[in-house]
Amino acid sequence: MSAWITRHLQTLIGALGRLSQQKLATLLTIMVIGIALALPACLHLFIANARIATGNWNQALDISVYMKMPTSVDEAKRLAGRLRQRRDVASVQLVTSDDALKEFRRDSGFGAAIDALTDNPLPHAVVVRPKAEYATAAHLEELADDIRALPGVEIVQLDIAWVNRLNAILEAIRRGVLLAAALLALGVMAVVGNTIRLDIQSRRQEIEVTKLVGGSNAFVRRPFLYSGVWYGVGGAMVAWLLSAVVVGVLRTPIDRIAGLYGSSFEIHGLDWRATLVLAGTAVALGWLGSYISASRHLRDIEPS
Amino acid sequence: MIHFEHIYKRYPNGREALSDLSLEIAAGEIAFLTGHSGAGKSSLLKLIALIERPTRGQLIVNGHNVAAVSSSKVPAFRRQIGMVFQDHKLLHDRTIFDNVALPLIIAGIGAKEIGKRVRAALDQVGLLGREQSLPLELSTGEQQRVGIARAVVSKPAILIADEPTGNLDPDLSVEVMNIFRRFNEVGVTVLIASHDVYLLERFPVRRVRLEAGRIVDSTAAAPAGKITTKPGERPEAQLLDPGKLLGLGDGVSP
Repeated sequence: MSAWITRHLQTLIGALGRLSQQKLATLLTIMVIGIALALPACLHLFIANARIATGNWNQALDISVYMKMPTSVDEAKRLAGRLRQRRDVASVQLVTSDDALKEFRRDSGFGAAIDALTDNPLPHAVVVRPKAEYATAAHLEELADDIRALPGVEIVQLDIAWVNRLNAILEAIRRGVLLAAALLALGVMAVVGNTIRLDIQSRRQEIEVTKLVGGSNAFVRRPFLYSGVWYGVGGAMVAWLLSAVVVGVLRTPIDRIAGLYGSSFEIHGLDWRATLVLAGTAVALGWLGSYISASRHLRDIEPS
Repeated sequence: MIHFEHIYKRYPNGREALSDLSLEIAAGEIAFLTGHSGAGKSSLLKLIALIERPTRGQLIVNGHNVAAVSSSKVPAFRRQIGMVFQDHKLLHDRTIFDNVALPLIIAGIGAKEIGKRVRAALDQVGLLGREQSLPLELSTGEQQRVGIARAVVSKPAILIADEPTGNLDPDLSVEVMNIFRRFNEVGVTVLIASHDVYLLERFPVRRVRLEAGRIVDSTAAAPAGKITTKPGERPEAQLLDPGKLLGLGDGVSP
């Protein structure tokens, strides 16, 4: 077992040594992989930052509930109490018809006209603020439906259109990014596969000799797989650096825009989780690309 | 050990390299395979190493019927055969040590054991101390000896050689042949394809003569006493000590 591990480590280091012997070719390959990976990484950053920038949007998603008329204040209080107990509700504010009228008189400037009214035309209202984690479009609709079904409720008002629009846009972008990422992943595999193919051709004699002395296909393939892994590691590093450069370049102008909007928003680079995903994906693609290429081309090389 | 029974070998281009060839090489035997180029010597050796497969007939090598060896089992099959080539087939970007170690690395043997066995094999061919040289820093004769060390380092039961002395002058040829004979003395079955007349005269071992893919003559081994030794060669007594070969039981502690 330890011999096995030692052998794999030696092959891993050996593959790195071989790549470093052809610095320029290796560097070019890694650059191509890095740029291909940097594109989806930067698009991911765009979405992640857009989410943060609009991060307070759920606070605007209060649900306004207007009671039927006539409804007693006690009944309105009971309804408010009932809504408060729901686990998807963060807070409930009761605005009685009297309070509403006072507020209207104060804010509207129709004081005299209102004084002329004998009855208060305004209903009791309850303002429901959902918890942030439940502030998805689908769940808000559900919550609104639940409230609508409660006794004494006349109208439930939820301005969800713009949320739906934003979500739709972000979803469209996200899918576009996924599609682009999938295509670029294929590109990375093609680049690695082609590089490995050339490498196999240039080492044809070595492969023949190894097979002559009893090397299996798996044994012959191993160094090429490790080369693929190294290409992935190098590509991930380039992609990470490129994304860091993009964030660095955009930081100052975005700070200025945020300042103009009175926002404290700050652009974020790749966090450790995204970095791990990037590295893991790159290594997996490098491995897979070289596996496919090596399996295909090594079969053709047999001693004669 | 090697058993050919009515073997035919026809290549895709229609050339028939071997036709109705039957041959028995016993375990521990050493034999020359002779004949003009194109007589089928190389084809015969390729069949033994499963580089080519017989078109017809039965071939049993070291107890394995080659027809039953699937292509995924070919590497394991080849590991029981040591092969020496006219052009050495060394890897020029690797040291002598790494070249000789290759079969052991493939077999998954530990680094310590590899070091021991590689040095023992290089000692047998008189190249101890050249481990860190590159093949091209060695003479042709020395490169051939590295090839032999690589062929025997994993202690195969069978050693086959295709024109191993083809590029060597007579003195070096004798030297290489002596190495083969020493391995044969410890029980390795050795089959050497050669048309080196000088060598055939000096080493009166069994000869299998091929002509147009058929055996035309198969003489038994000459009496051992006729084997000539040049002055200055290592004493046979030491060379033939089986314990000394391959560093087996020679006091190297595990």
